Amino acid sequence: MAIPTVMGTEIEFGIIVKNDPDFDPISSCVLLVNAYREDPEGRILWDYDQENPLADARGFQVDGEKYTPNQQENIARNKTLINGARYYVDHAHPEYSSPEVTNARDLVAHEKAGERILEVSRREANMLLPEGALMLLHKNNSDRKGNSYGCHENYLMDRRTSFKRIVENLLPFFVTRQIYCGAGKVGSENRSHPCDFQISQRADFFETEVALDTMVKRPIINTRDEPHADREKYRRLHMIVGDSNMSEYTIYLRNGVTALILSMIEDGAIDRDLALSNPVRSIKEVSHDSNLKKEILLDNGKRMTAVQIQSEFLEMALTYAARNPLDPCTQDVLEKWQHVMTCLREDPMDLAREIDWVAKKQLLEGFIERKGADWEDSRVQMLDLQYHDTRPDKGLYYMLERQGRVERICSDEEINAAAHNPPDDTRAFFRGECLRRYPGEVFGVNWDSISFAQGEDPVRRIMMSEPLKGSRVHVEDLLNRSESATELLENLES
Amino acid sequence: MAKFIKSLERRRTDAADVSSSIWMAASGEQKKKSKGGGEESSDSTEEGGQKMAKKGEELKEDMDSLMEEIDSVLEENAEEFVKNYVQRGGQ
Repeated sequence: MAIPTVMGTEIEFGIIVKNDPDFDPISSCVLLVNAYREDPEGRILWDYDQENPLADARGFQVDGEKYTPNQQENIARNKTLINGARYYVDHAHPEYSSPEVTNARDLVAHEKAGERILEVSRREANMLLPEGALMLLHKNNSDRKGNSYGCHENYLMDRRTSFKRIVENLLPFFVTRQIYCGAGKVGSENRSHPCDFQISQRADFFETEVALDTMVKRPIINTRDEPHADREKYRRLHMIVGDSNMSEYTIYLRNGVTALILSMIEDGAIDRDLALSNPVRSIKEVSHDSNLKKEILLDNGKRMTAVQIQSEFLEMALTYAARNPLDPCTQDVLEKWQHVMTCLREDPMDLAREIDWVAKKQLLEGFIERKGADWEDSRVQMLDLQYHDTRPDKGLYYMLERQGRVERICSDEEINAAAHNPPDDTRAFFRGECLRRYPGEVFGVNWDSISFAQGEDPVRRIMMSEPLKGSRVHVEDLLNRSESATELLENLES
Repeated sequence: MAKFIKSLERRRTDAADVSSSIWMAASGEQKKKSKGGGEESSDSTEEGGQKMAKKGEELKEDMDSLMEEIDSVLEENAEEFVKNYVQRGGQ
């Protein structure tokens, strides 16, 4: 029996400051992240003691140095928010890691809340910049000059499921999932074949099938084995293959369908041989073919299109759902996936309301036709970038949304609520509520721990190794009884 | 980096409030457009042809209004902006 879904996303945003000859991305990120102030003291640390990014899921530890900043740098780079998210500086990008959620709808609300939190901080940060300078953020994955940054998805999995089986089942799924998850991109990069437009922002950057790296020689399946939970029971699948999406519908499918497929893998319900001959080549072939006609080679010598391969996964999912009743959200994901697959088989361009790459392609083709432009035109490349701009009045995705041209999953009220409140049903609730109720007493936070400092007493860390414990049902009463973190710790002990 | 933090200390605003921002103003204008599903059946091919032509006309008008909106938001100096848009590689 598959374990319940727990998932989240980590999104790195592109950052630039216009009219600033001294623009430095790292300082700009620090300025941005610190411009968002929920906690007036702002002295909470990210607890690096709990991290081990060098453990490999194939069962070994990779040599390397673990990054641990000093205290001042730690505070300057990390913010843990009342909604349970982490907002921080990662390398040279601002990054938003959503809190843990149990379903695709909550995931959409929290990922979209992240966009708004970054936009609010961007406006605040701009007020501190010299006159004329303007900071801009883009929720995209590439500068079209060969530099890429990620949208990472995390899914909790049962450790008993063999990693080898996960890899075998997932490779054909991930290579082809982009036909309804891609964010679209003008041109190609990283020495890929030239093209006018492609489905995925990230596909050009994958160079190997399975590995621990995330920044060089990027793998389709990442093997980081850092569960942020009880490592005897769980693994955290850390997926770096996806695009940062703007469309709520696309985000909903990206995470919802993937979570369903992972449950099926845990239950041994992927029973068709879809192994690809060359996944690294195929992920680019699929991305570069927006007509969806290209056949890719399977290990068994057959050739199938990405649509056919995804249809096979859909059929297996329908069989699985007939035997294992799905929760209402996953059932809705399945129905929307069916709808999208039907359109992809008939005419992908019918999906401009649902799928990012189609919405973007339609927009760009309309522009090219009316202006007599071509794909090399810098205005077309500008529109590609501007689709991902976080400014509601300038971002082209938000323009489509404002005009009612895209399907929504969540209301604005739900998204705003997610910016200020943790999800009810995971440990993020405990994390967020502790930050809301006892901000002066929280010392450090990580996904699976929170620690408190009171006066000269030693720091006390509470472990949260069960992602589904610490929910509203579990701890709200306890929190209501505890006026301070000291009382909370006493009540926990009694 | 310490300099940055110092400069921030000087100034506190209610940065955390996303709900009162222009997001709500933007969403207020949202209008729902339904897809043309379920209108395909037609009694005669002539009627079908007219409907297709009408649909084509609507699509064209729709695209025209979209392009007008794009003209109003498209970043000026696109060429320079695109040229200068360089990011460091991330994860």
